[in-house]
Amino acid sequence: MNEQEARSLLEIADDELILGWRDSEWTGIAPFLEEDVAFSSIAQNEIGHARAIYELLSRERGTTADELAFDRSPGEYRSARIVELRLPEGERTVARHYLYEQADATRLERLKQSNDPAVAGLAAKIDREEAYHRMHAAMWFDRLEHEPRFTAALDDLQPLLDAGRDEHTSELQELWEEMTMVRRSQPVGTAW
Amino acid sequence: MTTEQVWDALAEIPDPEIPLISLVDLGVIRDVAIENGTVRVDFTPTFLGCPALEVMRDAMAERIRALGAEPEIVVHTEDSWSTDRITPAGREKLRASGFAPPAPREPNAPTLVQLQSNVFRCPYCGSTDTRLENIFGPTPCRSLRYCTSCRQPFEQFKTI
Repeated sequence: MNEQEARSLLEIADDELILGWRDSEWTGIAPFLEEDVAFSSIAQNEIGHARAIYELLSRERGTTADELAFDRSPGEYRSARIVELRLPEGERTVARHYLYEQADATRLERLKQSNDPAVAGLAAKIDREEAYHRMHAAMWFDRLEHEPRFTAALDDLQPLLDAGRDEHTSELQELWEEMTMVRRSQPVGTAW
Repeated sequence: MTTEQVWDALAEIPDPEIPLISLVDLGVIRDVAIENGTVRVDFTPTFLGCPALEVMRDAMAERIRALGAEPEIVVHTEDSWSTDRITPAGREKLRASGFAPPAPREPNAPTLVQLQSNVFRCPYCGSTDTRLENIFGPTPCRSLRYCTSCRQPFEQFKTI
């Protein structure tokens, strides 16, 4: 893989790990059961994608997937600001989902054309699963596209998708504390 | 030891989440090779976030050790598993146990319009008068549908 692909893969993995974490915050408390199941399942997929990408990158870098996922400082993550936000509002969660899945499809399409079979193959595999996320996002977009609360959320969140990845939100720091707590605590008897 | 013996042993491992079908039925084992007392299994994960993958890998390693060989399980994340790899026997076992088997994969990704169409057959009564309840279900590989004819909700394998 070339340097640009490695950079893109790390961005995707960081986005999916963090978005997966945020989506999982709906487990048990979504407005209705179908969306509880949907966001929990999407979260599970996204974290699975992050893990597979971290594993691929860690082989190149002589490290491990866990080290890449959890041993960096918050400032070293390459996530987009849009995925970092804790969004307790349903319409903002759906708006983020819609914006994110569209942007994700574009970069996966590019990686599917890679000359490196490990990169192209993994991107294609992830994309097959993402097709279902896109369907879910499109279904909600069709229902809500004329709802003022939803369109306001889209307008509000779009700039956070386009903003660079060098600066992060304060919410990433809070999430990082939660996300790495178990690993940092090194419980007795663990080896990682 | 022959590769047939290894395939037979692997065919006895149930899928951890749908124990009615085996890992061989599921089509996740691409190849088996024996060399100098090591058995290499080429394994293609289904959904990347599926928590059953570790269980499958460990179960395969355990069976191979029981045959007296050293296992080497190679996980291929660059290979896109497809529901088209589920064997005909596996599909029949799924149907018999109340899971609607996946539709064949087409060149393009499946669409919401397809999922909302009424071509999916209820595994209980055989009616196609069924509707999509949720794209997502209890595991990454399944959707939820409802049969209007026999009023039974059922799980539909996602085509991937």
